[in-house]
Amino acid sequence: MRQTDILAMAVFALRGNWMRSILTALGVIIGIAAVIIMVSIGQGTQAELDKIMDRLGSNRLEVFPGGGRSGGVSMAAGSLPSLTTGDMTALAAEIPEVQYVAASVRSGGQVVFAERNWSTSWQGISPDFMAVNDWQLAAGDGFQARDYSTAGKVVILGETVRRELFGDGDAIGATVRIQQVPMTVVGVLESKGQTGWGGDADDIAFLPLDTARRRMMGAAASPGAGGGPASLLPMDRVNQITITVARPQDLDYVQEEATRLLRQRHRIAPGAEDDFTVRNLAQMVATRTQTARLMALLLGAVAGISLLVGGIGIMNIMLVSVTERIREIGLRMAIGGGPSSVRRQFLAEALIISIGGGAIGIAIGVGGAIAIAGLTELPVVLNHKVIAMATAFAVATGLFFGYYPASKAAKLDPIEALRQ
Amino acid sequence: MMAAGSGDHRRQPPLVPAANPAANPAGQPDPVPVVRIEHLDKIYNPGTPGQVQALRDINLVIQGGEFLAIMGPSGSGKSTLMNIIGCLDAPTAGRYLCDGIDVASLDAEERARLRLARIGFVFQSFHLLPRMSALENVTLPLIYAGVPRAERAAIAEQALAQVGLADRGRHRPNELSGGQQQRVAIARALINSPPILLADEPTGALDSRTGEDILALFKRLRDAGHTVILITHDAEVAAHADRVVHIRDGALHEGDDDGQPPPEA
Ligand SMILES: Nc1ncnc2c1ncn2[C@@H]1O[C@H](COP(=O)(O)OP(=O)(O)O)[C@@H](O)[C@H]1O
Ligand SMILES: [Mg+2]
Repeated sequence: MRQTDILAMAVFALRGNWMRSILTALGVIIGIAAVIIMVSIGQGTQAELDKIMDRLGSNRLEVFPGGGRSGGVSMAAGSLPSLTTGDMTALAAEIPEVQYVAASVRSGGQVVFAERNWSTSWQGISPDFMAVNDWQLAAGDGFQARDYSTAGKVVILGETVRRELFGDGDAIGATVRIQQVPMTVVGVLESKGQTGWGGDADDIAFLPLDTARRRMMGAAASPGAGGGPASLLPMDRVNQITITVARPQDLDYVQEEATRLLRQRHRIAPGAEDDFTVRNLAQMVATRTQTARLMALLLGAVAGISLLVGGIGIMNIMLVSVTERIREIGLRMAIGGGPSSVRRQFLAEALIISIGGGAIGIAIGVGGAIAIAGLTELPVVLNHKVIAMATAFAVATGLFFGYYPASKAAKLDPIEALRQ
Repeated sequence: MMAAGSGDHRRQPPLVPAANPAANPAGQPDPVPVVRIEHLDKIYNPGTPGQVQALRDINLVIQGGEFLAIMGPSGSGKSTLMNIIGCLDAPTAGRYLCDGIDVASLDAEERARLRLARIGFVFQSFHLLPRMSALENVTLPLIYAGVPRAERAAIAEQALAQVGLADRGRHRPNELSGGQQQRVAIARALINSPPILLADEPTGALDSRTGEDILALFKRLRDAGHTVILITHDAEVAAHADRVVHIRDGALHEGDDDGQPPPEA
């Protein structure tokens, strides 16, 4: 017996009861759609994680002032600063596994050039900051050692700031004003485009750390409300310290050591809470993606249960079908249809239901994944692997749950079957 | 005509050795009979309280080209014997050679292939598949024989023409009369040119006039070289056969009182 004939026979039988066939496929349709959506979200989450890890590396720790659960929030003005340049130096000096330590302070304000001005956020940075955060210079020589040690009046502009102030003109060597202080542009950053959160990564400016603290945040030109007295702002404070290690496997150890060292330096009593937060970037990303994973898991459960129920539905309907068509089976056997051809015919019917349901489920799942990508923040990755996996599930469901009814049909005694 | 028509499409399952040419126009006894039954017993449910001896010590030889009737009252064992001759059931004891092949040695799959090539069944209740046209019903055995789709329709149309239903191929069974349905079933039984045509009460569901037509068709098939085994409880029906064997309580009696001598050879 030919494969095409078996297929044609199975299609013929299913068409005779097409409504029942479609209803039987419903479980598989839902199950496969859920598989597609689940796997695309899972893959999307993984891809986002990989992307962030790729860009920044899995070898870094971020230290923020302030302890507690909400960690990472920069200090409100007036609260006690907990991270200092001294901390940075100590971390670099006392933990040998550390590769780089970079510190920064953050603020924002107008940058003025001639008639133009642009409001941006600027950061004061320590010498290793650009290397640690993978910033490259598109133009200019950047900061020199002197600029760091003498609080030089120099600035590096992000691409967006440069474009807004200079357009097509040359920025290097020009003088811009930030909070009235004239600064020489010594570099322009290479563009990074979008940040992971949809912002503009290039809307930024860098100053040497001490320039920012002394000339921008100091008494001379405190921009904040209430004309903040400079004396309240300790000169060595920083907003963030980034630590990198040469070998990623040292990360956990360095995290412990850094915590121990900072507690000691900040004189925190045993049992008291940290006044700083050390975060592993991998942990941060993992936390952010946990919701998505949970959702994928939930969908996975839905998919599994739907496929199970769908498969049982197929088995049930196929068993009914074998009973209904017992005379047909007896006749087919009498005229020369062997047990194997009967088995293949019924297995083909189960497979057509499950594969047909799978195809519809794939269409719905792909549509659903695209809709989720458009309507929510969840990362979604659709590819041929997802489709192949769904197809495999559909085939497996049909084979697994179709085998028993098909075998039952094949084992029928033609004499008994014809007597019905 | 029939044998010649479908002779172009002889397909033997690989398992079955070519044994017996279907037709023997000269009427000479063939060295290999299409049916040889020796000391055959059939006991249902042996060793249980429900044990029934349906057949006892049956001996029967049927040559190619014969038109034979097996006659007996209800419950005498006719259907049991037909199931064994048709390779649907196995004897409890004794030997059955179908076209020279010992059926006892075959498994279910091999018996199906034997039926496909050697046996054509005609049932009292026709057993046509209701959703298929007459032509599609006739085509079924060709599908199991692996005949390519393109060749099937022509063979089936020819078979239908030979039972006088050339113009009814598109009709479903429920659009045909009982006699027409039985002819479709006969065309289906003949389509693989099997050496043995087995008919169990083929006229039982038909009025006597239509029954006569079917019996006349069997005679024509006999003339064309087919072996026809007719099972019936009706002496008038059996009278159409060339040779009648009687079965009572599971035992055969050849050439009994009602037996008609073969009218022609
Ligand atoms: N499957 C079976 N199980 C038990 N007994 C059976 C079975 N089939 C037939 N018989 C018995 O065998 C005997 C012959 O039956 P059967 O061959 O059907 O007779 P017929 O076809 O001549 O009416 C009967 O007594 C019947 O009751
Ligand atoms: Mg009977």
